[in-house]
Formats: sequence, C-alpha cells, structure tokens
Amino acid sequence: MHSKTLEVTVGLFMLAGFAALIVLALNVSGLTFSESKSSYTVYASFENIGGLTARSKVTVAGVAVGRVVDITLDKDEFAGVVEMAIESDYDQFTTDTTAAILTAGLLGEKYIGLISGADDEFLEDGAMIADTQSAIVLEELIGQFLFNNVNE
Amino acid sequence: MKDGSANIIEIRGLSFSQGDRVIFDGIDMDIPRGQITAIMGPSGTGKTTLMRLITGQIKPDAGTVFVNGENISTLRRNDLYRVRRKMGMLFQSGALFTDRSVYENVAFPLREHTNFTETMIRDVVLMKLHAVGLRGARDMLPSELSGGMTRRAALARTIALDPEMVIYDEPFAGQDPIGMGVLLQLIKLLNTALGLTSIVVSHDIHETASIADNLFVLSQGKVIGAGSPEQLMNTSEPRVAQFMKGEADGPVPFHYPAHDYLDDLLGGDLL
Amino acid sequence: MITWLRILGKSGLGWLAVNGRAGVFIVNTLCAVPNVRKGFPLLIKQLYAVGVLSLPIVVVSGLFIGMVMSLQGYSILVDYGSEQAVGQMVSLSLVRELGPVVTALLFAGRAGSSLTAEIGLMKATEQITSLEMLGVDPLRYVMAPRLLAGFIALPILTMIFNVVGIWGGSLVAVDWLGVYDGSFWANMQAATDFKIDVLNGVIKSVAFAFVVTWIAVFQGHDLTPTSEGIGRATTKTVVYSSLAVLGLDFILTAVMFGDF
Repeated sequence: MHSKTLEVTVGLFMLAGFAALIVLALNVSGLTFSESKSSYTVYASFENIGGLTARSKVTVAGVAVGRVVDITLDKDEFAGVVEMAIESDYDQFTTDTTAAILTAGLLGEKYIGLISGADDEFLEDGAMIADTQSAIVLEELIGQFLFNNVNE
Repeated sequence: MKDGSANIIEIRGLSFSQGDRVIFDGIDMDIPRGQITAIMGPSGTGKTTLMRLITGQIKPDAGTVFVNGENISTLRRNDLYRVRRKMGMLFQSGALFTDRSVYENVAFPLREHTNFTETMIRDVVLMKLHAVGLRGARDMLPSELSGGMTRRAALARTIALDPEMVIYDEPFAGQDPIGMGVLLQLIKLLNTALGLTSIVVSHDIHETASIADNLFVLSQGKVIGAGSPEQLMNTSEPRVAQFMKGEADGPVPFHYPAHDYLDDLLGGDLL
Repeated sequence: MITWLRILGKSGLGWLAVNGRAGVFIVNTLCAVPNVRKGFPLLIKQLYAVGVLSLPIVVVSGLFIGMVMSLQGYSILVDYGSEQAVGQMVSLSLVRELGPVVTALLFAGRAGSSLTAEIGLMKATEQITSLEMLGVDPLRYVMAPRLLAGFIALPILTMIFNVVGIWGGSLVAVDWLGVYDGSFWANMQAATDFKIDVLNGVIKSVAFAFVVTWIAVFQGHDLTPTSEGIGRATTKTVVYSSLAVLGLDFILTAVMFGDF
C-alpha cells in the first residue's frame, strides 16, 4: 500500500479515537467545564440517613443546588450529620429551612430536598439546619401499618 | 579490523551439545583468508550449528572461535552486531523480506547502516544486482522469483555492504544444473573479484570440490578430514573415502541396527 | 510418585523459564532505543495493520453489543417502570466493563493472532536471523514497532467501541422502543462520571493493551519455527491473552470500583 495513503488512514484512525474520547467525555458523562463554582457548607443532622451517600444531590423544588460532601456520626446524639456544599449563588435559605431525605423514583437513589421557611435571617457558611426529616425506612412503615391494623 | 593474519577464522577446542547429544567434541579448524573453504559432512552432523557458532548466534560449551582476532562468544551485543556487518550469510531459503521488492531488499542494509543518498543507494544496488545477473528483476517481489533467482537476490543483499567473508549455507540444495552452474560461477567470481573469503557448507561433493581451495569433512562431532579436494579424494581414511565417493555402505552402514534377519522373518514378534 | 514429582518440577521450572524469557524480552525490546526518524514509518505501518484493520470487527461488535444491551435492559427495566434508566445501564456497562474487555478479547483474536503468526513465519523463513546477520537488531526493527502499535491502538479501539455501542443502544432504546430521548441522555450523563467511569475504562484498556500485545509478540518471537509451532503459538496467544485480560479485569475492577 502506498505510504502516503497509509499515513493518512492511520492519522484518521487516531483522530477517530480522540474524537470518541471527547464524545464520551461530553455527551456520555456530561463533563462540564464549570466545576469550579464556589460553594458554602451547611450541616444537617438526621435520625436515619437511609441510603444517602456522598455526592448525592441537594435540591430545592427539584432543582439541584448542591451536593452532599460527607456523612459522619454524631457520637453524642447518635445521629447522622450530613455535610452539604451549596453553590454560593443560592444564598437565601432562611434559618428555619427544612431538609428531608427523599427517594428519586422507585429504585432511585436518595437525595436531600430543602424547603425554605419564613425567617428573616439566612443560612451562612457552617450553619446547621435544625428541622430535619429522616429517610423513610420500610420496616418502620410496615410496623406502623401492622400496629394500626391491630388497633382497629 | 583486518589484522592481516592468514586465517580469518580460528577455532580451537570447540565443544557443543544439545541436550544429551554431543554435536561437537573439541574440534580445531583454521579457515584461511581470501580462499574458498568448504565444510562438508553427512546430514545432521551439525554444519548449520557450526555456522551459528561462528556467527555468534549460539555460544559454545567450551573452546573458542576467533573471527578476525576477536573472540566471538565473549562479545557484547553491540560489538557482535558490528562484527556481523563484516560477515555475510546466505541462507538456504534465501530469506528475502517477503513484503518488499528485490531492489528494496538489497537496499535494506545500505539504508540501515549508511547515510548514502538515494542516488548513491541506487548505484550500489544496481551494481550488486548486476553482479548476480538480476538487474532486470529489481522490481519483482520475492514471491514472483524462482528458487535460483531468490538465492541470487539474497546473495546481492548479502554483499551489499561489501563484507569480508560470506558463508553459504547449502547453496546447491535443490538446484537444477543451470542454477547450479550459475551459483558456482558466482561464488568463484565474487571470491576473486571482491577478495572475499567464502565458506561453503554443503554436501554436494562434486560441485563443492570443483571450486573449493580447502575442504573440511565433519562426522560425529569431529573433523575427520582436512585438506585440498585432491588430497581428500585420494585419501585412504575409510570414513572420508566413503563420503567423498558416495558409497552406500562402509563405516556408515546401510542397514539401520536391527535383529537378525532370519529371526525376524520367522515371526519372532509373534512369540 | 517420584515420577509425578519430577514431571511437576520440570514443568514448573519450564513455566518459570518461559516467564523469565518473556520478562527479559519485554525489557530488551522497550530498551532497544528507537531511532525516531527511522522507526516512525515502521510504527505507522504497524498501526495500520493492527489498528485500522481491526476497526471493522470492533465497530460491528460494538454496535450489536450496544443494541442487544439496550434491548435486554429495556425488557427488564420496563417491569419496574424504570425504562428511563436504560441509558445509564448501557453506558456504565460499556464504559466500565464491556468496552475494555470485549475490545481486548477481539483484539487478541484478530490482531494478536496475526502478529504471532507473522513474526513466527518470519522466524521460520529465517528472516529474523537474516536481520541479525545484516547487523540489524530484530527487537528494534520488528518487535518494538508492533509492541508500540498495540499499546496505542487498543485504547483507541476501545473508545470507538464504547461510542458505537452507546449509539447503538440509543438507536434501539429511543428510536425503536420509544424511551424518551431527553431522559435517556440525561440519566446517562448524570450517572456516568468522567473520572470514575470513563477514565478508569481507559486505564483498563491501556493495561489490557500492554498485556495482550506483549503476549502476542513474545509468542511469535519464542516459538519453534515449524508449522505446528506457529499453530500452537497462535493458539497460545489467543488463550493466554484472553485469560490474562479477564483476570486483570477482575483485579482492576476490584481496585477501582470495589471500595465498599
């Protein structure tokens, strides 16, 4: 095979490979170049975090406003403390905001939904959300159902 | 570097075994510079192994091989490659590179080892091809060549860098009379014209004896005959005589060792 | 009893010897300092033979595997009302596992066996020895370009396999089965992380490329130069490469995705 055609074909091959990598980066894994948005930290304590993990979404009215950074155990209260990173653009959460652990769809992953309250002051970096609603645990639900049935 | 000595290769006490088989048992050989030396012997005596030992492809178990004053088996990789550029080896199959033309095959060593320009390379390649009579076949692929032409093309490639010596591994095997004649003439011609030392490994007595200046006969790991062709033709040593004259029976027996014939025929196995 | 021990010992030593030779081989080849000007055309030629010529099988396989995954995935997920998740299922399976592994296996079968056979034939017709006699190091001239070409080509082929597979999956899911294309791609993008999934897949394919090409070229270099020898070596290339890929895949997956 003539060497010029050979070189061109190999060049195209390598180009196809790089193009594929770029497609995988952008279209498939949704890589964005806006990773470096600044954020502030907010904590919330839950009786039961259910299946919430790090990197889970934090949403308001369904819109993603941040991520869960870390989950630790509060040894005094035996509650799960969730550390969230909220984008700095969204800095108007009142101090009586509620945080609930919700499920996305039937098989879905857990995420945190925030509902803003009516206070005058806003949450700042390092603040703790007081009003929280734990994840729904199936066994407790069944237990409640049986208990109610027995009572009737 | 040429040290001007009479012998281009000196072998002393060479021993080599493959597994349990002893191939060489302390042989001594002197191959003189500028002459045609033939190394002959019955099939399987390890003539090809000897070639491999001389070119440093394998190391001997004992003994030394000196090529141009350098001990081959102690050379490091780079030095070995340097020495090999002064040697040429013509393989039985030619061993041309099958993916390129005759011209490209002959040009290969020039391209790898020299900084010649394309025009210089072209001149050298055409000269070498002309010397072997294949200048007109330069654009053909190895698959298009006949057996004899393949060997000649390989020979052109071997002498491309003007080596000091050329080793021919069974050059006459399977050749028709004309091909044989061509090769014989070429070997003789290149030896005189280029001042080469030629080593021919073969068991075609008649052809080899007609051009060789010296002959070595190997058998069972030892040199059983050395000298000029005339000397060996008239020798009284039985093994050499059987070989040189091509007798079917002699020190190398016709019958492979077996039971007594009568016993075998009378059905000894059935008992 | 002693005979069995002797046989075992001998084959054990033999196995060690082969591995030792393979190790020495790869070190010598990679250290055979390549002359960039002279070596580059050789590399290009091998990239063509090993990479470009493997494209048809890789593309077709990728397409069909992606389509089948989508089909099967849909049929399972639709019972749970979660058919929107088929996008992320296809993408994660391909990018993390099937892409690197299947492409490596196909490569071993197509390009690996052809490398072994080609080098083996060169050895059998004494072309390798001719190179040595002409003062050219066959490791530099024959082996190194093929090795490097394999290292470069397999990751590229894996990328292409992944993209074609995902596209095939989208064809089946969106165009045929009626999954909403917005949620197909959105779920996929949400679930597929570049660093964790795509890059790990690339790392896997690089590791596989190293192992498969090493085995293929070494088997060609090391075989007995007869026709049975070449046949045996080609089989060994395919079998050993496949086993190595699958074993390495488990180890890498455990390291990359196994922190529970």
